Amino acid sequence: MELFSPKDARSWIDEAARLIAENAGTLTELDTAIGDGDHGANMTRGLNAVEKKLATTEVSDVSALFKLVGMTLLSTVGGAAGPLYGGFFLAMARATSGKQTLNQRELLQSLREGLADIQRRGKAQSGDKTMVDCLAPALKAWEAIPDSDLAPATIYVAQAAAEAARATIPMLALKGRASYLGERSIGHQDPGATSCALLLQALASVCNSNRAGG
Amino acid sequence: MPELVHIGVMKKLINSPQDVVLEELEGMEAAHGDRLRINYDPVFIARKDAPIKGKVGLVSGGGSGHEPMHGGYVGKGMLDAACPGQVFTSPTPDQMFEASKAVNGGAGIVHIVKNYTGDVMNFDLAKEMLQTEGIAVESVLTDDDVAVENSLYTAGRRGVGLTVLMEKLLGAAAEQRISLAEIKKLGDLIRSSGRSMGMALTSCTVPHAGKPSFELPEDEIELGIGIHGEPGRHRVKMATADEITEQLMEPILTDLPFKRGDAVLMFVNGMGGTPLIELYIVYRKAAAIAKAHGLKVVRNLVGSYITSLEMAGTSITLLHMNDCLCELWDAPVNTPALRWGI
Repeated sequence: MELFSPKDARSWIDEAARLIAENAGTLTELDTAIGDGDHGANMTRGLNAVEKKLATTEVSDVSALFKLVGMTLLSTVGGAAGPLYGGFFLAMARATSGKQTLNQRELLQSLREGLADIQRRGKAQSGDKTMVDCLAPALKAWEAIPDSDLAPATIYVAQAAAEAARATIPMLALKGRASYLGERSIGHQDPGATSCALLLQALASVCNSNRAGG
Repeated sequence: MPELVHIGVMKKLINSPQDVVLEELEGMEAAHGDRLRINYDPVFIARKDAPIKGKVGLVSGGGSGHEPMHGGYVGKGMLDAACPGQVFTSPTPDQMFEASKAVNGGAGIVHIVKNYTGDVMNFDLAKEMLQTEGIAVESVLTDDDVAVENSLYTAGRRGVGLTVLMEKLLGAAAEQRISLAEIKKLGDLIRSSGRSMGMALTSCTVPHAGKPSFELPEDEIELGIGIHGEPGRHRVKMATADEITEQLMEPILTDLPFKRGDAVLMFVNGMGGTPLIELYIVYRKAAAIAKAHGLKVVRNLVGSYITSLEMAGTSITLLHMNDCLCELWDAPVNTPALRWGI
């Protein structure tokens, strides 16, 4: 089985930062429709801070890298996304504690722990029109193909994530600022679910390019 | 530089969208540096004379764009520290943690938190961090917005106008060296005794978004607006000040309810882009409605104290009052935005 190395983890974060920055306008537009229009700017600011820190820090294991990402997002993103994404990566760090590299099951398990932290902190259930509605179905899709290699598996998961994000459009928001809109939240894609899909798209890109034999 | 294009479109007195909060703080330092200390990393505003030994430290915070809340309420008789986030974005736990430590006079810390998902989660994290260091922390929530109708199926009611009154009243109580537990109790009482409702005549533009948060046709108004440019719940045709005031007062009066003979504080707030002349026209009608309802308005506040950038509009807050609360309201306060009795 292929391994997910610290270098891969680093590339994942780099690619996520690039993708989020590239789509910041879209995220802001989605958030303007049903939130307060700051999701794109907040995520970009947070991931820029992460990139800056990574540029000057030597990280030799995935757990330490996830911890650095989590702590930095926690103190730079703000809003609800700060504690949720920060907590997500800190939970991934805890789940991979002491591990330098991860096999596919360990990576999936750490993502599951991340999702559990988001659910605990945000008290969101599936169907509430939140990040959970992207992550939960995407990880479920991965669980259905436990023995598939990282490269095809992450592509499958990224596709499931993108579909799941689109599936938030008809949902009625029950958590977060969009919930204040009531029925008017219907018909818009959830910005948090969208940034989650970008995160998993970045994972797929990295697992499918320049991997020198895991 | 795409920002330059935005500035041209936005017509705001800013230099660059990403420097708005920092440059505001530098301005506050220049103006009020005699009594406020601005910490830049992490960002918070604190009383220059903090920590005050034996006094409970009051810390609040929230997204920027609501000025003078919260930074304008730091000073004797009100907050010990305020943590500004980016515009309309909750500040981060490290800010709240450092601010709380900086103003901890040994009697504990009270966090005044508006009920928004982000604010609550970030303050919760800060509280956990402080408790790890052995600092006693209590949180007091404000969730006074009656516009959020079904709080069971939302993130709950939003904290709006009552927050200003909460900061003044708890600030006065803390100044009297009332204990942490007593301040928490008083805060919870105030939370359950006040209700608000707001409306917008126009939208507002978050600097880094560069365009209005929502589109409002010329002849329509948004009822039940929050303070973040998030759309309200009902969009109705433009009406007279008296009609709009009636539509704001009705859901407030029936919610708690406020009954004949009750003493209240009436707070008519401007959203940032509404002149005082209009706020008094609203107050005039709101006072008449209160009187017809048999309420005794024993204290009031009229002006733009919790805003939503340049949004035009108003909110009304009613708070049940008693002798103790009146005494706390009248107590000296010396902050950039509220000052009396000194």
